[in-house]
Amino acid sequence: MSQATLGIRAISGHAGSVPGAGVERGLEVCKLIDTTTCIGCKACEVACLEWNGLTFSETTFDNSYQTMPETSWNYWNLIKFNEHEREDGSMALLMRKDQCMHCEEPGCLAACPADGAIVQYVNGIVDFQQDHCIGCGYCITGCPFNIPKFSPTARKVFKCTLCNDRVTQGLEPACIKSCPTGCLHFGSKTDMKDLADKRAAQLREHSGFANAGVYDPPGVGGTHVIYVLHDSTNPEAYGGLPKNPTIPLTVQLWKTPLKWLGNLAIIGGLIGVFAHYLRFGPKIVEEDENGKQGARQ
Amino acid sequence: MTPEPHLLPNGRVLRYSYRERLVHWLAGFSYVYLLLTGLAFWSPWLFWIAVVLGGATVSRELHPWAGLVFVAAVLMMYRMWASGMKESPADAAWWKAVRHYIRNEDEQMPSADRFNPGQKLLFWGFLWNGLLLLLSGVILWFPQYIPWSLRFLRYLAVIVHPVCALLTIGLFIIHVYMGAAIERGAFGSVIRGDVSRAWADRHHHTWYRQLLRDSEARK
Repeated sequence: MSQATLGIRAISGHAGSVPGAGVERGLEVCKLIDTTTCIGCKACEVACLEWNGLTFSETTFDNSYQTMPETSWNYWNLIKFNEHEREDGSMALLMRKDQCMHCEEPGCLAACPADGAIVQYVNGIVDFQQDHCIGCGYCITGCPFNIPKFSPTARKVFKCTLCNDRVTQGLEPACIKSCPTGCLHFGSKTDMKDLADKRAAQLREHSGFANAGVYDPPGVGGTHVIYVLHDSTNPEAYGGLPKNPTIPLTVQLWKTPLKWLGNLAIIGGLIGVFAHYLRFGPKIVEEDENGKQGARQ
Repeated sequence: MTPEPHLLPNGRVLRYSYRERLVHWLAGFSYVYLLLTGLAFWSPWLFWIAVVLGGATVSRELHPWAGLVFVAAVLMMYRMWASGMKESPADAAWWKAVRHYIRNEDEQMPSADRFNPGQKLLFWGFLWNGLLLLLSGVILWFPQYIPWSLRFLRYLAVIVHPVCALLTIGLFIIHVYMGAAIERGAFGSVIRGDVSRAWADRHHHTWYRQLLRDSEARK
């Protein structure tokens, strides 16, 4: 199914061309999360579970609002709470809705060896196709945001789909629909970027957040989920949002230079031994002492 | 239980005992499975191999188990062969003359013991790479149990595993080429176990002389 649509921009583990590359005209979508107006109500978490029909997971209690330490294979949307102490000693309860960032250059897709298990649509959504997933978990290593999670029962990896099924029908993702404060927005990437920049400027100029800014990390080519942060110089404070996420260096080395080097070495080695055989041929031990052929095969 | 290398009554020489041959092929068949499925995961252009072998999900499930079999076979080889694979002072002269070996000018090669230095390189190459493949492979087997704080282990594993695999592929190509095409008599030695006296004398002169001395002493 996934590989038949013209809405596909990139396919994991795929030899040859991609059906929809450069074919379909469409807007790139984006989710905007304004952490400054999030109240931590977790309506988005519930909406995500409801829409996607996910099974229930165990919650943990760690003396905070945190329901569980991180997202899981059946819990794709989790607000990260952090009781953050500012430099002046005052306290800020930072809340960030964590989910797949839908990177423009997805590390999961780069690391995935299974044909069609991860696809990137023209609109920017990065989606896992569990029917093609082989459960190797390379995507877990490729992701700089700790998002793909392995299901021990399905033996496949799952994550937020950005409600691709809703978006293709012209609806906004379930989390957006449920947000009571309007801190979640959904639209085109350019519109959301404008809105985020305006909100960050407002926070800087009128609300005293001198470092307010937009999180749209260039290390992964930008993301289709962007944040407005009160302090964009310290994204780590928002439940470990990486400051400059990139596809891990070793994944990049493995998928590009090592692959070329290795392929050339293997092909060179095969040609080399064949050429050697043509030039020098086999080592044949002539005759045995007792007159038998040296080699019996 | 299994006879040590010795002169056979039919005028040939037992080079590899039944147990040695069995362990060799345990390693051989498991390695070929690992190689084929590994190549399928290595490149999208070779992903079809996994399809032929029953689907990539099956390959992903079985590859680690085959890896355990392979490492077990390599460890058995270590028990059987480590003493014979020790570097000896004579090895340097052999490597110095290796161009004669490559050109099939074997009469100009220094005398080799039961294993020549090239075989020793193969053995230690497979042993060390095999152990590194096992360590990185265990991480790649269960990436979901590596916590986020220890993610550097996964980052290491995804580069160590293919690098070591590529090194073994280099050794494997040379090994199969020599065993099956170049060294006539070698393939038979790892199937039936025996080689001719002339073969033993030509390729493993030191070893063959020792066998003769042992056989004299036993009389």
